[in-house]
Amino acid sequence: MTDARRFSSRRRPNLAPWLFISPWILGFFLFTLGPMVFSLVMSLYDWPVVGDRRFVGLDNYRVMLTQDPKFWQSLGVTVKFAAIFVPLNILLSFLLAILLNVKVRGTALFRTAFYLPSIISGVALVMIWKWIYSKDYGLLNYALSLMGVDGPNWLGDPHWSILAIIIASLWGLGGTMLILLAGLQSIPKELYEAARVSGVPAWAQTVYITIPMLSPMLLFTFVTSLISAFQQLTIALLLTKGGPLNSTYFFAMYIYDNAFKFHDMGYAAAMSWVMFLIILILSMAVLKYSAAWVHYEGDVKGGGNG
Amino acid sequence: MARTFTYGALIFLSALFVAPFLWTLLTAVKTEAELVAWPPVFWPEDWRWENFATSWAEQPFGTYLQNSMTVVVLSTIGQVFSSSLVAFGFARFRFPGRDPIFVLLLATMMIPWDVKMIPLYMEFNFLGWINTLKPLIVPAWFGEAFFIFLLRQYIMTVPMEIDEAARMDGANPWQLYWRIHLPLMLPGLVLVGTFHFMNAWNDYLGPLIFLNDQTKYTLPLGLGLFQGRHDVDNIAIAAITVILCLPPLVLFFFVQRYIMDNALGSSVKG
Repeated sequence: MTDARRFSSRRRPNLAPWLFISPWILGFFLFTLGPMVFSLVMSLYDWPVVGDRRFVGLDNYRVMLTQDPKFWQSLGVTVKFAAIFVPLNILLSFLLAILLNVKVRGTALFRTAFYLPSIISGVALVMIWKWIYSKDYGLLNYALSLMGVDGPNWLGDPHWSILAIIIASLWGLGGTMLILLAGLQSIPKELYEAARVSGVPAWAQTVYITIPMLSPMLLFTFVTSLISAFQQLTIALLLTKGGPLNSTYFFAMYIYDNAFKFHDMGYAAAMSWVMFLIILILSMAVLKYSAAWVHYEGDVKGGGNG
Repeated sequence: MARTFTYGALIFLSALFVAPFLWTLLTAVKTEAELVAWPPVFWPEDWRWENFATSWAEQPFGTYLQNSMTVVVLSTIGQVFSSSLVAFGFARFRFPGRDPIFVLLLATMMIPWDVKMIPLYMEFNFLGWINTLKPLIVPAWFGEAFFIFLLRQYIMTVPMEIDEAARMDGANPWQLYWRIHLPLMLPGLVLVGTFHFMNAWNDYLGPLIFLNDQTKYTLPLGLGLFQGRHDVDNIAIAAITVILCLPPLVLFFFVQRYIMDNALGSSVKG
């Protein structure tokens, strides 16, 4: 009986795979594609939460780019954050991964210590750092005072506030570190042995073996860090509320305020599309120019393109 | 020599990473006077564990916790079930359009939350779901790209012969998924469940946007808004922060082996 069914089902178009993937297909239309198309339409409207909406064409985009200094200012804060955070995040993760890759006793314990901050809530992270950054009672300024440095007002001084957010964000680098550590551990040991036998010094082994072999992972973490840096919101929202003097007023915060404080849904939707386009263009650019320096195992140089 | 340096660096750096946790725990059990002392008091004279109980009573944190648990439990079940279902569909069937659809699925990981946040608010508003926990639970029942990708990798390591043998014995695709593959990808399910649990437990922006009423707040949202209003009661904030950190940390210690195995390969010695 079962055999007969198996044969007959082979002749009919097979529905089974579609049934299995149907949750995602449905979810894609309901919670991703549908909302995105809707938001693109919204961005062409003057769309208050209550009251009549009015079609304005590309006006939201025009106003944003030509008449809204806060748009450029908040974009500037986000770009500045990303430009400092992304390289530091990768560099520090890389250094920690190198340390953890040395075969010493207890690496599992150290690995856990570095990874733990990345699994806690952004809200908890903010509460923890807010107290550490306190000008008068904070642990950080106390540590600095031991070294004879008069610590700044981290969260109250527009020169230091963005750095405070960067440091707190770097505390959660555990995920990036783990990816790079996995990459390091997959590099064949023979490469290093061959290099040692030929008398290649350790620094040259890092430059000519480790970094090229790790380049796909470095690229991956670069793109994911970039995407998350552009969406930075929770930490700034709770740690500094965008201040002082808008020094941490991130692009995502301006979108949030436009939508849920100023109730200008159309304008906020247009801004969110600008953010999406920036992320898309940056990621594509990184991927395109990465071909020159990313080494894939099994690549035949000049062996064929595409 | 190099080994000593490595040890020294590892000990110093891991102390830096752990210190903020310890400092928060110590802050939670201090007295007001110790809190604002300069130079800072590291070791409280007597550990006031009762701070946890008094802080917990300052706000309806019990209600927040109940809401958080509801969201986390119901959405984790949905995420594990739906993601494994979809992963099985992609891993074990050939059908027209499979590969482009899978690429599309991976591409959705690049879409920023900000683009979806506003229309989703409108959509949930239209459905009457604003100020309910549904927006935080229902979407998890439709799978998530990263988890589907992860489970698909698990399924693809299972030899096809196992599927063929089961089919010979008369198993239909559902039985193949439910009886054969679900048990085999258990480590992957633990991983997906853990990661989703942490995301759902830690989420702040979702609750912030979709919930208005205090009786609906989740724990992170409740703590965030409590901090906004009570900027002075730092002991209570530290105490609730410790409580908020506990579930992910405890869960991590139980499943750490799975996380490290998945990331670093099973050659890793714990």
